Amino acid sequence: MTLAFRVEDLKKEYVLGGETVHALRGVTIEVPEGDYVAIMGPSGSGKSTLLNMLGCLDRPTSGKYYLGGDDVAQMGDDQLSEVRAKRIGFVFQSYNLIAQLTVVENIEVPLYYGGSLNAKTRARCLELADLVGLGKRLGHRPTQLSGGQQQRAAIARSLVNDPYFMLADEPTGNLDSVTSSEILDLLGRLNREENKTIIMVTHEEDVAERAKRIIRLRDGLLQSDERR
Amino acid sequence: MRLWLRTWQLGLKSLVLHPLRSLLTVLGIFIGVASVIWLLAIGEGISMKAQEQIEGLGADNIIIRSIKPPDTASPDQRGPTPYGLLREDYDRLLSTIGTIDRALPIRELRRQFRRADRMVDGRLVGCTPEYAQVTHLEVDRGHFITDVELEHKANTCVLAAQVAERLFPFENPIGQEIHIEEEYYTVVGVMKPRESTAGVGGSLAAQDFTDDVYIPITTLRARIGDFIVTRRSGSFEGEIVQLSQITLRVNDIKNVIETADLVRRSLASKHRLTDYSVTVPLDLLEQAKTTRLMFIVFMGLIAAISLVVGGIGIMNIMLATVTERTREIGIRRALGAKRSDITQQFLAETILLSVVGGVTGILGGLTCGYVTAILRWGLERSLPKVMENLPDIVRTITPQIVPWSIPMSFGISVGVGLIFGLYPATRAAAMDPIEALRHE
Repeated sequence: MTLAFRVEDLKKEYVLGGETVHALRGVTIEVPEGDYVAIMGPSGSGKSTLLNMLGCLDRPTSGKYYLGGDDVAQMGDDQLSEVRAKRIGFVFQSYNLIAQLTVVENIEVPLYYGGSLNAKTRARCLELADLVGLGKRLGHRPTQLSGGQQQRAAIARSLVNDPYFMLADEPTGNLDSVTSSEILDLLGRLNREENKTIIMVTHEEDVAERAKRIIRLRDGLLQSDERR
Repeated sequence: MRLWLRTWQLGLKSLVLHPLRSLLTVLGIFIGVASVIWLLAIGEGISMKAQEQIEGLGADNIIIRSIKPPDTASPDQRGPTPYGLLREDYDRLLSTIGTIDRALPIRELRRQFRRADRMVDGRLVGCTPEYAQVTHLEVDRGHFITDVELEHKANTCVLAAQVAERLFPFENPIGQEIHIEEEYYTVVGVMKPRESTAGVGGSLAAQDFTDDVYIPITTLRARIGDFIVTRRSGSFEGEIVQLSQITLRVNDIKNVIETADLVRRSLASKHRLTDYSVTVPLDLLEQAKTTRLMFIVFMGLIAAISLVVGGIGIMNIMLATVTERTREIGIRRALGAKRSDITQQFLAETILLSVVGGVTGILGGLTCGYVTAILRWGLERSLPKVMENLPDIVRTITPQIVPWSIPMSFGISVGVGLIFGLYPATRAAAMDPIEALRHE
């Protein structure tokens, strides 16, 4: 079984107002390809910090993070940018599409920064748009779309670079229950049918229920890791 | 190549998103670039005109004029005091300074010219036949004063175009007589109209050739003499002047400065008071060149200030844009943009702004000639009085676009965009992606 990624004894300390905050005290997680993991935990549990580490937006104080054979934990800024562009797909709570770009242009953005924007990958953008059900809205701008549609576009964008995993931060946090359910259905389908690895951070139990595995954090440590 | 193109496309897209804001920013650069071209063109126009006028005096000439010294005589001293250049000076300069090719003595005074009941006030010029050539006067009808007339102290005269027209409105003046003081003079020639020369350097008054009457200098000496009486507010004032001006032509332009020195020394040794002035057009020309350079630097400085102001405008807008688009920066960083990608993106926007400003500014700058022409026409129509009182140089200004000012101002505008865009762009790139993503 191939691993999507593995973190080993991940620690993160901040200095905040002269005091050292131990946000992560040593977290070890292994995620195999095709897994669907929900990360839960109350605020202050280190959930966001872990998310930032996994998303390569921040570097841990110590520990290892293996992603595609490399330890990315202590990489430089430009290298991390490249890792984000090629190996990770982001889905945010507030969709975070770029306002001045159309749907298809938004989907292209990671390819652009990854340096692999060409006719072939462009065709893939259209496929993905179709896959998430936006095939007829390619030329629309984010403001012309509903919340659910925007999140679908964001999901397509997160998959365009064929990442090791999709990192979804409260993907349904801004959506009503019907749309939430549609988005979660889409994620479930992508996981089942396309074998996409999904890491989802959420604080809602019923959202977490959709995942195959729930990891709970408390005070910067793993509290539980259960497979359902 | 494609990606590079995309950066510019993206920049353009972001700018079009805020058309008014972009327009105002471009306006700052537009004004800067246009004003560089305008100011330099106006400066060039003025200095070229000045240079032309000086060249009109003749670069190989030295002009010596009599000037009335300040009243040093005690009030109880009666009678006129002689001053100015003497015929003796003329002879001495000619015989002692070898580099002088030719010398023109001139004597001029204000007189009334009469023809029957017509009367014109004007300048009576006693001169030699070379005068017309040296001052670039052209004969319209008849001929200028001849050597024979000079030698025989003939009572002949040549009229300037305007004098001829006013004294002889309906007849051919050639062969007719005019009346100056107690003498009659036969008109032998009429000159073509000529533009006046500018007053240069203070020592040489502006010369207006419109109301002149020319007679042989020998005639003037014989008929009128050196002693002239002018009536002024009820009293009489007498003056004794032998020569009003001597124009020397130097054999080679290289010797002008040296000759001028000799002339000054020679005159200083014989004159107790400085009742003369020596004007060297070549000197003036050199001066004018220096002045022109200073002018260009000065104008350039003013224009540079406006460009810097435009640049600050760009910086201001870009800083606001960066703050406004913090979240977008965060998104792009999360999706894999390197710091350099963000820098490039914002720099592309500022460069686009400044290039558009630069190009339109150049177009605006090129209209300089037309706009001044229209402006002058409009002012002459609406405020003729004001225009009349303006100095000649302002009234007749014709901007000369300096070719190098176009690439220079364009280069500066792009440079300004780069310099003032760099800070906002690096600030954008330096943002922490996590913080930026959290930005509302």
